[in-house]
Amino acid sequence: MNVYQNPYNVAKMKEAHKLLTELTYEKQPLKMGYANRTLHINVSENTITSKPVTQEMKDVFTGGRGFDMKLLWDATNENTKWDSPENEIVIAAGAMGGITQYPGAGKSIVCGISPLTGAPVDSNVGGYFGPYLKFSGWDAIEVQGIAEKDIIIFIDGDAGKIQIFEAPEEDVNSHLLAEQMCDMFAKNEQEKKAIATVSAGVAAEHSFFGCLNFSFYDRRRQVARLKQAGRGGLGTLFRHKKIKGIVCKFSQLQADSNHVADLDRIKEIAADYHRELYEEDDKQCDMRHVGTAHLVELMNDYDLLPTHNYKFGRHDKAQKITSHVWREMFTQGIPDGCWYGCTMQCAKSVDRYTLRTGPYKGDIVSVDGPEYETAAAFGANMGIFDPHFIVEANFYCDTYGIDTISWGTGMSFVMECYENGIINKEITGGYDLSFGRGEEAIEMLHKMARGEGFGKIIGLGIRRMKKLFVEEYGADAAFLQDIGMECKGMEYSEYVTKESLAMQGGYGLALKGAQHDEAWLIFMDMVNNQIPTFEDKAEALHYFPMFRTWFGLQGLCKLPWNDVEPADNGETDEPAKVPKHLQNYVDLFNAITGNNIDQQELILQSERVYNFQRVFNLRLGFGTRKHDEIPYRSAGPVTNEEYLSREERYDKQLKEKYGWDPTGKSVDERRLKMRFFREEAYQKLCDAVYDRRGWDNNGVPTIEKITELGLANSGVMEVLKKYYQ
Amino acid sequence: MNIMVNGESMAWQPGMKVRDILNIRNYTFKMLVIKVNGTLVKRAQWDSYRIPEHAEVSVIHLISGG
Repeated sequence: MNVYQNPYNVAKMKEAHKLLTELTYEKQPLKMGYANRTLHINVSENTITSKPVTQEMKDVFTGGRGFDMKLLWDATNENTKWDSPENEIVIAAGAMGGITQYPGAGKSIVCGISPLTGAPVDSNVGGYFGPYLKFSGWDAIEVQGIAEKDIIIFIDGDAGKIQIFEAPEEDVNSHLLAEQMCDMFAKNEQEKKAIATVSAGVAAEHSFFGCLNFSFYDRRRQVARLKQAGRGGLGTLFRHKKIKGIVCKFSQLQADSNHVADLDRIKEIAADYHRELYEEDDKQCDMRHVGTAHLVELMNDYDLLPTHNYKFGRHDKAQKITSHVWREMFTQGIPDGCWYGCTMQCAKSVDRYTLRTGPYKGDIVSVDGPEYETAAAFGANMGIFDPHFIVEANFYCDTYGIDTISWGTGMSFVMECYENGIINKEITGGYDLSFGRGEEAIEMLHKMARGEGFGKIIGLGIRRMKKLFVEEYGADAAFLQDIGMECKGMEYSEYVTKESLAMQGGYGLALKGAQHDEAWLIFMDMVNNQIPTFEDKAEALHYFPMFRTWFGLQGLCKLPWNDVEPADNGETDEPAKVPKHLQNYVDLFNAITGNNIDQQELILQSERVYNFQRVFNLRLGFGTRKHDEIPYRSAGPVTNEEYLSREERYDKQLKEKYGWDPTGKSVDERRLKMRFFREEAYQKLCDAVYDRRGWDNNGVPTIEKITELGLANSGVMEVLKKYYQ
Repeated sequence: MNIMVNGESMAWQPGMKVRDILNIRNYTFKMLVIKVNGTLVKRAQWDSYRIPEHAEVSVIHLISGG
């Protein structure tokens, strides 16, 4: 239970509510994973309407992210910007979302036109909202418009009622709002499990990378815990619409709330998986004890842990933030699933943590995480190898509504700029922002929350900061382009990609920006040397993004796919695909929906949505080859310091791989020659991937491909014609 | 004399075991599949399986994380 020095008063909050509109609706049981209708709310006009889900919509877009993108497309046009009233927050669960038998089935997928990139973005998140929304009768919710004053949207799935009311008294910061919503809408402690809230904090109002927090009530800890839809600034969009919270109440969860086609088959598949997880996890990734933080030492060992703004891949102090530290700090022995039935239990938490800084200094709180990305970004990339700093900053990023990846990578960029004299104390307001400066870094976070000083500048994100630093402080634009780790406007997540061309493509060719959730190929490429040719890499950059898109169509978490594997997985023909789990997903989909797909159709379901999203990018002026360009630090050493840190490896490559003898050449000459070869390789990779995906050499899906996928409707063709005239 | 490990040349030593390769290359990941000249070497054999001269060794790191 959190302990606050300034308790809140829910009765006073309720008194201040002003009902703007409400709708009662007839509840209908789900049919084989679908509610068959979606909810549309316009907060400018205070309207609430229902839309049917057609069979065609299911056939083409499947669900989840597919429904999100289709609804967002229909709601917007080629001129829509992130802050246009017609832009939407769209949230969906997917047909498999909410099953309680198989692990990792509680994900929500959120989409919108991104404040950070200007293009459509998708972000997945745990917590209970998506499943509760579906069981309340809605496959997706669209929220359009901009409210006049701060509002809360309340979906009562028990009563079949939706309300929008002005809510002036509730806190904005998520750790408080999520608890307030439990206190407000649950009749008693037991019923708090029925409350799921979507929120964003105050810093989301002053930055372009605000995140959304999705809550679930942890009865053992008596805390409303928070999971994040981190990427792309959807929290910023949320607060721009003046929404404090979207709350869903659903207390009637049953083993078959999805009304699936074959529950016994699902139980059979799941029982086998649970046994496997129980037997193998401790020997493999140890997700149940340390979650994704197990990756810290691994990335450091393989020279992949981003250190000092991705200059290096390891650090001598890394052991201060490796998993043994988190194992001690995380509470062990308490179920940690972020949805019912998930025995992976990787949603770890630091409990009874006393805050040391900021507006809640002295409060005792539970902090979700840190997960790998956060520990790597705050610890190694910013050079602050202090677990307490990481936990403190993690808490504030979450409650303020800030994406830890964009903030961590953005701060790392700022720190390198500071150490290079591009910015100085005069610009930062007197703060030394060198690598390793934890106190100053956390103060920047609090300033961002208040919309003050240089903290607010950091909230612009790297792309906008580069422009500002060039225009206002005379920075070298080319250097900033090389070291500013963003693609399409989105900050890189936390992996060093210099030695893996395929992973450079994994970031650069991802639809939404530099996130690794489409393809994580570093081991296959750099370590295993399994995909040596451009064609091999292109095949991987086709298959894995398509397969992993599928999780978003279904409301699934990726982790149960390959963070624990069957004991004999290595003996299969394609262990990287984890064939047994892949077949589990096919069988589960069929058992839920009554369909009869195979592995090929699974990929096709993704291809339809993936190509549609690429066309959506094109519609908004993005999505061509130039938008897939990556900063050079993603591909190779920008500075002589970096070159010398791996001198032997680079010299060897120049000689053996590229046939250029480095003997007697200066570091500058060798570094520039390496750059020539690596930049050329990335362009060849783009050619190969575009070809494999059925796109032209500008990265535009061909008419043939779009037709083959059944996407050749008038809106899509209108967009493509502009590129093919 | 050399062996090939994941396509790269590596010095061979008499009596070399699978475990020695993992230590030299700092392969600390737990989810590995190891084949020597195409033959699967199970985890229980890593400390005892001798690497022959000129062997082709593949140490496949399965994907996790990410």
